[in-house]
Formats: sequence, C-alpha cells, structure tokens
Amino acid sequence: MDEQHQKGKDKYSIIVPTYNERLNIGLIVYLLFKHLRDVDFEIIVVDDGSPDGTQDVVKQLQKVYGEDRILLRARPRKLGLGTAYIHGMKHASGNFVVIMDADLSHHPKYLPSFIRKQKETGADIVTGTRYVKGGGVHGWTLMRKLTSRGANVLAQTLLWPGVSDLTGSFRLYRKSALEDIISRCVTKGYVFQMEMIVRASRKGYHIEEVPITFVDRVYGSSKLGGSEIVQYLKGVVYLLVTT
Amino acid sequence: MKHIVKILTLIMTITALWIGLLQTSMIPQSHTWLLPIYFVVSLGCYGLLMVGVGLMNFRTCPQEALLLQKDIVEAKEYLKQRGVDVSTI
Repeated sequence: MDEQHQKGKDKYSIIVPTYNERLNIGLIVYLLFKHLRDVDFEIIVVDDGSPDGTQDVVKQLQKVYGEDRILLRARPRKLGLGTAYIHGMKHASGNFVVIMDADLSHHPKYLPSFIRKQKETGADIVTGTRYVKGGGVHGWTLMRKLTSRGANVLAQTLLWPGVSDLTGSFRLYRKSALEDIISRCVTKGYVFQMEMIVRASRKGYHIEEVPITFVDRVYGSSKLGGSEIVQYLKGVVYLLVTT
Repeated sequence: MKHIVKILTLIMTITALWIGLLQTSMIPQSHTWLLPIYFVVSLGCYGLLMVGVGLMNFRTCPQEALLLQKDIVEAKEYLKQRGVDVSTI
C-alpha cells in the first residue's frame, strides 16, 4: 500500500484520450467537476492531434478550471489507445487512475460509485459493467445486444475471467496495478480492454464491479461487423493460450 | 498454468471418466457411447440459455439518454458563460 493511501488522501487521475472531441471534452470536464466535488482529482487529456481544435477548447477549459486540474498532454497523431493510457499515466500524479471514453457514453456521474466501491473493498480495479442489475445500454439494436451477449457468454465459458463485462472500458485502477498490467498487454482495440482485465484477474488483482449504463448518442452507431467479430474471436483464442 | 492447459486437463479428465465407464460397463454400452453427444448438446443448450437470460436481463434505458441531454444543455450553458467555445463545426 502506498504512502498517499495510508494518509487517507487519495488522488484520482482521470485519463481521457481524445480525437476530434471539441464539444464532448467540455461537457465531460463540466460533468466531472459537477459530480466529483469532494474528490481530489486531475483530468489528463491525451489528444492525438485532433484537427477540429479539441486542444484549443482544452486550453480554454484550463483557464476556467485551472491548469493544475486539467492537463493537456497531446501527441502528434493517432497512436492507439493503449499507448495513450501509458502516455497519460506518465503525467499522472494520483495514486488511482480512471480511464474513460470522451464521447459521453461513459457518464461521470457513476464515478462516485466507483470510488465508494474501491474504498469499501480495497479493490485494485473497479470496472463498470453493463450486464448486471442497475446496468444497461441505450441506442443498441436487438442484433447488437444479441452479438454482445453471445460474445460475452463465449468469453465467460472459455476464459473464466470472474468479471461480467470484459470489453467495457470505464474503469478505476490503482496506479501501480495499471502500470503492471498495461506493460504486459499487446493487443489493440476492444480486445485490449479484455486483455487488461483478464491479465489482471490471472495475476490475482482484486477486481470489483459497479453497474453503469452505456448511452450511444447516435442510435445504432455502435455496430459489430464481421471483421470485429473475427478480431474478437482471435482475441479470445490469444488469451486462452497466453494467460 | 496457461488457461488452455486448464481447459484441456478438464476435457481429458472427462474423457478418462468416459473411457472408464466404457470399460466397466456400469451402464449399458449403447448409452455410454451417446454420452459425448449429450455432453456437447447440453453445452450448447447452456450457451443458448445464458445468452437468452442475458438478453432478457439486458436493460435498455431511454431515460438515461434524456438525462444526458439535460446534462448537455446545462453544461453548454455554463461553459458558454465562461468563454469556452461550445460550438460544433
């Protein structure tokens, strides 16, 4: 247990990778400050050279909320999600790291329940799940739901991960745990999210879950095509033989 | 131990039990020969059942989308007043 934790002063570094999110980044920052009033946190925006001026908006937000609360750590171009987390983590001063999407499918209002769960259980990882009571989705067609559940049952049966939502990416990590796990992960896309949680589970990290709802704002925008399914199946096989 | 090894061990144990049953003829051999088929079929049924139950309990929450819309309006209002550009291009 690290020093900061013993003092009872936890700090949360919220890493938000962005690409063309000029409107959403403002909304998410506002909602984070609204829902985390009594929490010590910083927001680390890892922008991959968005051409739409996301970085200008972040600079304006820094003027409103302070440069110590919102850190802009840009990269020159799109370099992938996994490395975005590693990049953000280098600049994180908190002892906990939160990872969330910038498109508002992950609502900041759930973060207090992540933090509460972590404090209650002392977990290393708290992951948001859509598949338990109180969780859910919006904007998914029946077909999308069916594929999602089918993929989930397959992974549960083959991998026994002990976590109900493998591909969700709204998670709270103890920083040391995230550093340890992320260095072992090689996959990309949402297989990467699955690899992170399976490896964490195999290493014996204490994982807890909280229900979240996942809102797709553009109805039916989240599709799973044939190539994604193949990628997913490859991911499951890869995890079967390497973890 | 890699996970695949665990699963293979499990499959081998079951196979060994099955061969044992064949040898000892505790139950009629014609039944024992069909056991693997029963096994695969019940595994499939289990899968379908889990997908079905999962699908039934998979909530759609339209009210969440409405709440989010409210939050967005509120956030835009607040940010605009403080000189943050909230226009879309």
